[in-house]
Amino acid sequence: MKVTQGTFSYLPDLTDAQIKAQIQYCLDNEWAISIEHTDDPHPRNSYWEMWGLPMFDLKDPAAIMLELNSCRKTFPNRYIKVNGYDRRYTKQTVALSFIVNRPAEEPGFRLDRQESADRQVRYTLHSYATERPSGKRYGEG
Amino acid sequence: MKEVTAVGTAPDTLPTAPGSASEIVDLDAAYRGSNIQQVLDELEKELIGLGTIKGRIREIASLLLIARLREEQGLTTDKPTLHMSFTGHPGTGKTTVALQMAKILHQLGYVRKGHLVVATRDDLVGQYVGHTAPKTKEAIKKAMGGVLFIDEAYYLYRPENERDYGQEAIEMLLQSMENQRDDLVVILAGYKERMHTFFQANPGFHSRVGNHLDFPDYTLEELMKIAELMVQRQHYDLDEKARRAFREYLVLRMRQPHFANARSVRNALDRIKLRQAARLIARGGRIPREELAHLAEVDVRASRVFQAGTVGTNED
Repeated sequence: MKVTQGTFSYLPDLTDAQIKAQIQYCLDNEWAISIEHTDDPHPRNSYWEMWGLPMFDLKDPAAIMLELNSCRKTFPNRYIKVNGYDRRYTKQTVALSFIVNRPAEEPGFRLDRQESADRQVRYTLHSYATERPSGKRYGEG
Repeated sequence: MKEVTAVGTAPDTLPTAPGSASEIVDLDAAYRGSNIQQVLDELEKELIGLGTIKGRIREIASLLLIARLREEQGLTTDKPTLHMSFTGHPGTGKTTVALQMAKILHQLGYVRKGHLVVATRDDLVGQYVGHTAPKTKEAIKKAMGGVLFIDEAYYLYRPENERDYGQEAIEMLLQSMENQRDDLVVILAGYKERMHTFFQANPGFHSRVGNHLDFPDYTLEELMKIAELMVQRQHYDLDEKARRAFREYLVLRMRQPHFANARSVRNALDRIKLRQAARLIARGGRIPREELAHLAEVDVRASRVFQAGTVGTNED
């Protein structure tokens, strides 16, 4: 099951040229770009791990692709996303965030129903990947 | 040190067989379209002298233009090696030319952004184990899409200390000079003799640097022209007598140690302005507007260079 999170997630995975063009768009808007990775694909998991510090002072997408590729090399089987952070006053938020790498196999989610008082049903998403400890979820990556 | 041969970036499309059609290539239009002339004109205006350097820059610009036209015509060419070394004494315009070079390369589409990142040993080499690689990588990343200008590059290599981290920076630089050739142009600068030994000790650099530009020292006439340009640009005015005095000053100054060409001229002018200001304030009263811009002979003559027996002191 393909995880769809962030911008462009309903499109086929972006090619490197397309990623580069998106990064260029971020740079043109003076957004600081950061790279993050995780092996916990739950949609509410907003705390992905940082790959290095956010890149505030780079001028060219090639430099960011260099970082991205080294992240991919280290974690070929993790989700990796690129964030563009708009640091302008009154914005100060992530303006663009898209997945650039995903595990070869994505086991997906299961819906858990929990019965509680008065026959109420609570729903929760359970990610199959998280059944194993972090770091061992998608092969060795 | 591992030599990594570039993984050949094979073109996706096979080139159409050369000579398959005899098209006419309009060189003039391509030349006009590339704005090279504008940049060269600016170079001519901004830089006094340096005839050989300007000639080389023109050659490099022509080569790049032709390479681009060849590519458009489907004649494959290896991308020209654009890494350069600038050698010359201090104040001969190495950084200024590097800035212009970045502009030219940008105009011709060989670098995407055309900015110049100036780095010295301190920016590249770390203090302890494992500190160098990230620092060098930062500098390289910052310069991507532009030009990385490494001033006094020979300081990277310290043969007297075999545990020096400079070697690590050198290896990283060599690697990205090879693998990121499309993203980065490296210019190494420094004194001629020391750069020569540096290149001998690091043959990897020598073979990867395609263009060696040697900046000659300025002649007296050129220095005078530089001075006049600087004075003019700062809206000051040297009168005839002051000009003569300044020429004498330069003759004396050029013989002294630590003469740094255009930089010495700038410093001398700064001190002349200082003395002019002091003179005006000391006199006080009401003065015509022109006096604010006027640099007089006394301002020049007050320099210590004119006093005999002070050979060996630094500038002033």
